Amino acid sequence: MRTMTYGEAIREGMRIKMKEDANVFIMGEDVGAFGGCFGVTAGLYEEFGEKRVKDTPISEGAIIGGAVGAAATGLRPIAELMFIDFLTVGMDQIVNQAAKMRYMFGGKITVPMVVRLPAGGGVQAAAQHSQSLEAWLTHVPGLKVVYPSTPQDALGLMLTAIEDDNPVMYIEHKAMYAMKGEVEDTVAPIPFGVADIKREGADVTVIAYGKMLHEALKAAEELAKEGIEVEVIDPRTLYPLDQETIFKSVEKTNKVVVATEETKRGGYGGEIAAIIAEKAFDYLDAPIVRVGALDTPIPFTACLENYVLPNTVDIINAVKSIVVVANNPI
Amino acid sequence: MNLSNDKVIEMYNQMLKIRKFEEKAMELFAEGQIPGFVHLYIGEEAVATGACANLLEDDYITSTHRGHGHILAKGGNLKEMMAELYGKETGYCKGKGGSMHIADATKGILGANGIVGAGHNLAVGAGITAQYKGRDQVCICFFGDASTNQSTFHEALNLASVWKLPVVFVCENNLYGISMSQARHQAIQDVSDRAVAYNIPGVTVDGNDVFAVYEASNEAVKRARSGQGPTLIECKTYRHRGHFEGDPTVYRPDEELAEWLKKDPVKRLEKHMLDNKIITSEKLEALQKDVDKQIAEAVEFASNSPYPSLESAVEDIYTDMVEEVRVR
Repeated sequence: MRTMTYGEAIREGMRIKMKEDANVFIMGEDVGAFGGCFGVTAGLYEEFGEKRVKDTPISEGAIIGGAVGAAATGLRPIAELMFIDFLTVGMDQIVNQAAKMRYMFGGKITVPMVVRLPAGGGVQAAAQHSQSLEAWLTHVPGLKVVYPSTPQDALGLMLTAIEDDNPVMYIEHKAMYAMKGEVEDTVAPIPFGVADIKREGADVTVIAYGKMLHEALKAAEELAKEGIEVEVIDPRTLYPLDQETIFKSVEKTNKVVVATEETKRGGYGGEIAAIIAEKAFDYLDAPIVRVGALDTPIPFTACLENYVLPNTVDIINAVKSIVVVANNPI
Repeated sequence: MNLSNDKVIEMYNQMLKIRKFEEKAMELFAEGQIPGFVHLYIGEEAVATGACANLLEDDYITSTHRGHGHILAKGGNLKEMMAELYGKETGYCKGKGGSMHIADATKGILGANGIVGAGHNLAVGAGITAQYKGRDQVCICFFGDASTNQSTFHEALNLASVWKLPVVFVCENNLYGISMSQARHQAIQDVSDRAVAYNIPGVTVDGNDVFAVYEASNEAVKRARSGQGPTLIECKTYRHRGHFEGDPTVYRPDEELAEWLKKDPVKRLEKHMLDNKIITSEKLEALQKDVDKQIAEAVEFASNSPYPSLESAVEDIYTDMVEEVRVR
């Protein structure tokens, strides 16, 4: 075991694949000598040179569109967006080009690319640099969407993302880059569509990813003191989603909280809740509860941002609302 | 520019193939045989033909919603194209793409595209690959005048120019973006003026003169192959038909169309060939008959082909994960 930060793990994943495969390269804003907006590509420019770590103009359409064209013609680009919020200016390239090309062309073109997308709030970056927009991407057939929440998963999922022959949206929570964690000495790709039970428990299932995974683990710790055993499931990949692991857990606990950082309305948490309601209803002893941000843009000042974003307390309250309901039927 | 008679005849043959394919598509659409949207290339044949005549099999093109001409000029197969227009299993895209989404990776055709302006950045990507791999391939990016108002045009020309990518940007200025005349959609007359902003060569040529297009593209392709970066070529042309089949074209005067019909690029080349004794009228007639035959065969192939199985609807979304998608 070794200790690595989340940001270092993402970089290590890219580094390993770049050493293995000369077709893998990075393009994005300030990814070169500057090391990337959050320092994730630091050192790669020095190691691999400007051909493989390409600084681009501030031009998201060209970054993503160029990556799509390069992928369609035989390379394996990793495009970095500084913030997931900038998807808006490159969205056609993802939704109408990357995601659709293979299908529209009858399977005759392959688009093996990774788009790195720093997401999430908690760093006072305000409304245009703090969003959780995974639901925009999970809604689009043709994309795979991954969201690692630990250094180990960040590394393993990056390897798989680069190896995958399809466009993979790799979402990173920007407040977690400095978070340290243990990483296995033997590096292995983590397959998509395999959730990880981050904590076992019999009373209630909490499904969470990104920074909310860690809020959920903290909540579980607190709730354990009160005798409530929480099972925390990290889906790791949002599409494909490991439904079986979720259903098995629900069969055991009969209660579910889905905790995501997105604004609740139209979020991916709602999709997870709907899947459970549709396919595992008989296991449920209580309503599914969603925890998410208020339906507001993310405000700047700390007191407002903290108020809007969901946290450990919200998860604890959500768990208690259904554990109480189940144990004390009216 | 000295072109051999064979090369001229080859280009004429290509233009005629496009013309007749499009005329047949027009007819079949009117009969209800071809569904969906069809945007015909009639009148613009000299652009795709003159430009692609400079390309090799492993060069790339990106195309537009009005893509049939580009695809044929880059070596696309008549039968698979017609079958795709019909929505048949044997079509280029197995019936999943239709007129606006034909691609052929084996011939470097990176697809027609239903989003105006989307091809620009894909062409940049193909240029990145060629440069990255140290190959002397080029990519010709075809697009219309109206797409040069999209941000993608500027992003692509900027990146291609600053990285000196082997991309040739060929604008088909057919004077209209759907119903909007050029004068109403941009404050310039020559799209090639926009090259100045990227410090690359920008030229305007008569897009109905296949030799002018060939010559300008030839120089641009040479520049691109030798690492000198992109060129913007504007070809002034005109679509004889509306934006799409069914467009009543109330936005343009009949006199304007009549003027452009006189400049028909196919008839023009035909006259040039006969006047200059590049071809005899007998050989010309034989060639025309042969193209008719090929088109008829394509139609027969398409109409006799089966529709795709319903099971195939969930295939080709990903390289894997077919069964996962099949579950409703």
